Amino acid sequence: MAILNKEQAQQLLKKVLSYSKADECEINISGSEGGNIRYARNAVSTSGGVSQNSLVVSSAFGKKLGVATINEFDDASLEKVVRRSEELAQLAPENPEYVSFLGPQVYKESATYVPATGAIDPKFRADAVATSLKIAKDNKLVAAGFMQNSSGYSAMMNSHGLFAYNKSSNVDFNVTLRTEDGKGSGYASKGFNDVNKLDVASATKFAAGKATGSATAKALEPGKYTVILEPAASIVLLENMFFAMDARQADEGRSFLSKGDGKTKLGEKLVDDKVTIYSDPQHPEIPTSTWNGDGRPQEKINWINKGVIENLYYSRYWAEKKKVKAVPSPDGIIMEGTNASLEDLIKGTEKGILVTRLWYIRSVDPQTLLLTGLTRDGTFYIENGQIKFPVKNFRFNESPIIMLNNLDALGKPERCVSGESGISALIPPMRIRDFTFSSLSDAV
Amino acid sequence: MKRRDFLYLGGITAGAGLLKPARLFAAEEFLMPADLALKKRLADLALNAATSKGATYADVRIGRYLSQSVNTREKRVQNISNTETYGMGIRVIANGSWGFASTDDLTTDAIARTADLAVQIAKFNAKLLEEQVQLAPQKGYGNVSWKAPILKNAFEVSLKEKVDLLLHVNDIALQNGANFISSSISCVNEQKYFASTEGSYIDQDVHRIWPTFTVTKIDAASGKFQTRNALSAPMGMGYEYLIPDKKEELDGIFTLYKKRYDILEDVRLATKQVAEKLSAKPVEPGKYDLILDPSNLFLTIHESVGHPTELDRVLGYEANYAGTSFLTLDKWKSGNFKFGSDLVNFVGDKTQAGSLGAVGYDDEGVQCGKWDIIKDGVLVSYQATRDQAHILGLKASQGCSYADSWKSFQFQRMPNVSLQPGKSALKVADMIKNTEKGIYMFGRNSYSIDQQRYNFQFSAQLAFEIKNGQIVGLLKDAAYQANTQEFWNSCVAIADESDYRYGGTFSDGKGQPGQVSAVSHGCATSKFKGVNVINTGRKL
Repeated sequence: MAILNKEQAQQLLKKVLSYSKADECEINISGSEGGNIRYARNAVSTSGGVSQNSLVVSSAFGKKLGVATINEFDDASLEKVVRRSEELAQLAPENPEYVSFLGPQVYKESATYVPATGAIDPKFRADAVATSLKIAKDNKLVAAGFMQNSSGYSAMMNSHGLFAYNKSSNVDFNVTLRTEDGKGSGYASKGFNDVNKLDVASATKFAAGKATGSATAKALEPGKYTVILEPAASIVLLENMFFAMDARQADEGRSFLSKGDGKTKLGEKLVDDKVTIYSDPQHPEIPTSTWNGDGRPQEKINWINKGVIENLYYSRYWAEKKKVKAVPSPDGIIMEGTNASLEDLIKGTEKGILVTRLWYIRSVDPQTLLLTGLTRDGTFYIENGQIKFPVKNFRFNESPIIMLNNLDALGKPERCVSGESGISALIPPMRIRDFTFSSLSDAV
Repeated sequence: MKRRDFLYLGGITAGAGLLKPARLFAAEEFLMPADLALKKRLADLALNAATSKGATYADVRIGRYLSQSVNTREKRVQNISNTETYGMGIRVIANGSWGFASTDDLTTDAIARTADLAVQIAKFNAKLLEEQVQLAPQKGYGNVSWKAPILKNAFEVSLKEKVDLLLHVNDIALQNGANFISSSISCVNEQKYFASTEGSYIDQDVHRIWPTFTVTKIDAASGKFQTRNALSAPMGMGYEYLIPDKKEELDGIFTLYKKRYDILEDVRLATKQVAEKLSAKPVEPGKYDLILDPSNLFLTIHESVGHPTELDRVLGYEANYAGTSFLTLDKWKSGNFKFGSDLVNFVGDKTQAGSLGAVGYDDEGVQCGKWDIIKDGVLVSYQATRDQAHILGLKASQGCSYADSWKSFQFQRMPNVSLQPGKSALKVADMIKNTEKGIYMFGRNSYSIDQQRYNFQFSAQLAFEIKNGQIVGLLKDAAYQANTQEFWNSCVAIADESDYRYGGTFSDGKGQPGQVSAVSHGCATSKFKGVNVINTGRKL
């Protein structure tokens, strides 16, 4: 089944809803089309196409909920999936945390779909890879990379009159270039709704520069250093803070935001006052859907404002219990910065280390949000405002909360993709004092 | 319909607008037999379509992948989900290049179109190829089958029984002072049919199960909290894993489990231990002798031995995602690269009954076996598929091909990579007695390793301090950091076969687009001399 437009989705959902005999019924539908290509050792390795659709029916009798899913769309199948969800609901145990479906909501239009991205075909992907491979070979480097694109829609409707629709497109490109002797490595990762913003050649050249520049690394002693984290490095730390900003976890006393006796740090200043983090579905650089999976509108929300924790996100059940607004978790993170370039930050650094990327991030202690991981794909020593030489990679043990208290300077935000979770964010480069490197790694 | 078949709640409440690749369905459908004759007919259709379009080789996988998970917290069921995906993946070689396409539409026309697409993609990719695919010879097996040797199909056990067990687990924790508990049982059944132009028609039935829990205890006064996870292992077994059996228990400093697990006993212990963790002594950083239980050591094996011996990583195929490997081909060719001490022997083994990696045949129709990877401490081999075997001078594949779905391209995945037990009799109690300053660790916790697998850091669920041959109490905030080669060369003792157990993971990630695989690592408790331990405690 092709991608449905708003009217087609509405029509189909109305039909499915007409089969319902439950107290409440909610239907979600989504579909996508896209493709991918992978290359390594300077040649294409695999590629493929993906097309999928799915319809989910949730039926409730009282506090008893049943859910059934199908990927066939003839009338008989649609009626069957509604009946099945109702049978399941009748036989399910009551869920004491069940909350009725939402009524009609007002959503702003999103800017998540770009026709040019929807038009990407296998030839476009192959040409992009050919461009990337040529840069690798011209620079006597070995390339491995991946490109994937998808266009899709999601829509929902329920028996209380709620209807939501969103169409989106996405393209991701990432590449690793290594020197032939394996002593240098560089990486670039870009992701956009709009393929016109993707510059495969520029990203590959960035990775080539890091690979060539990192090939003669010297070992520095581990310890506390001033670091400049490029956005691809800081996003993988910040996202762990963000993923842990759930109100229920904090209220239950098992979060970095808990204080004991049921109290939390909501409303308190937790990090440097240069830190302001928010989400905004309408932001032109990182547009996201204007509604979340249970139909709640996504709005502009400040999460941390001048260092103060201003909002946490809630499930509808927990918000009802706490008698607060049920703010959903957002789809994109935006951190405010300045107009300073990365070069400006380097110029203003007496002694420090420039970190291109951090990798294999794992939580060590959820109480303090202590994380461990390693630098990768370009780590450089800075002295008197200049990059002096590449250095061997380090393992770090650091908490983003401690790190954001040691924040020294911010640069201009840019869109980046997390190499760990794959989420997109708008993050500035940042200079941090006393970042803890605990050991050296021989890895390149 | 019986109530037990429909105790069914959605896991769809959050993110319901997102893609759901699997369909949810009722439990009784899990037990319907698949039609073997139909699968053979569909497979032949695909193979003939591919060769008629110019494929010089083709294989087809028709897969029905079933999973069920039951999740609870405290006194309620959070969600129960049954999922099924069914479809066909067609892989071909044309003009010397791989091509792949998949479909969930198993009509004659759709199969022909999908085979054609796979051939087209192969021909397109061939233009950007550096060297042609070279397949190790493989005989056709004709019609064969393999079935995991399970005793009790977990999908035949009612949901009510699973829910009752988990709520009992939760009750024990809550009654003994835990603040929170979450528990779950996950079951997987892969019904896989493979056919190739070389004349194999292979039907396989693979089962896995993973029961687990997390107990949380909060100290209200200080606001500190601690957790203790289950010491269970995900296994390639049926529901029998959850039926306690004294013959599968070991007497240690507390009861340890081999191929049977007593979840009720473990949660009792966990609730006691999580309280002790709150008042445990912070570890003094420094060098310690580590004694690692298989529940902890398996993950260190997985990351520091399993991954760097994957041949595709060694060659650079994973350079953009999972990384490469420090175990380069020159080290293997030298024949004397000392990966570990003389005691250290690792085998690749896809035949171990009850393990997650056990199958009769891999996903490109190669009968599975066992081979040395590290022998007497020396690197002697890797993990290879048919198109990689020639690189190692092998006449046949080592059977390491796997795809996580019919819609995924099969590629090299880790077999069970297992540490062989010590050859002479050695009990853990004797290891402890002979340790002056050490830490005895259990359970998986935080884990991180670099992209070439040199530098790693691991922590544990439980870290017991050893002083002068005696266990003196629990430590907190302990993590060990080491270089892989130094660590395995510091291995000074491995317990004997009576202590051999499995650890494993359901979700080892690799590839782009990402795929997961399940793998076990067998080992006995082992001792490592003078490993660096750091203190991970911080103040906000």
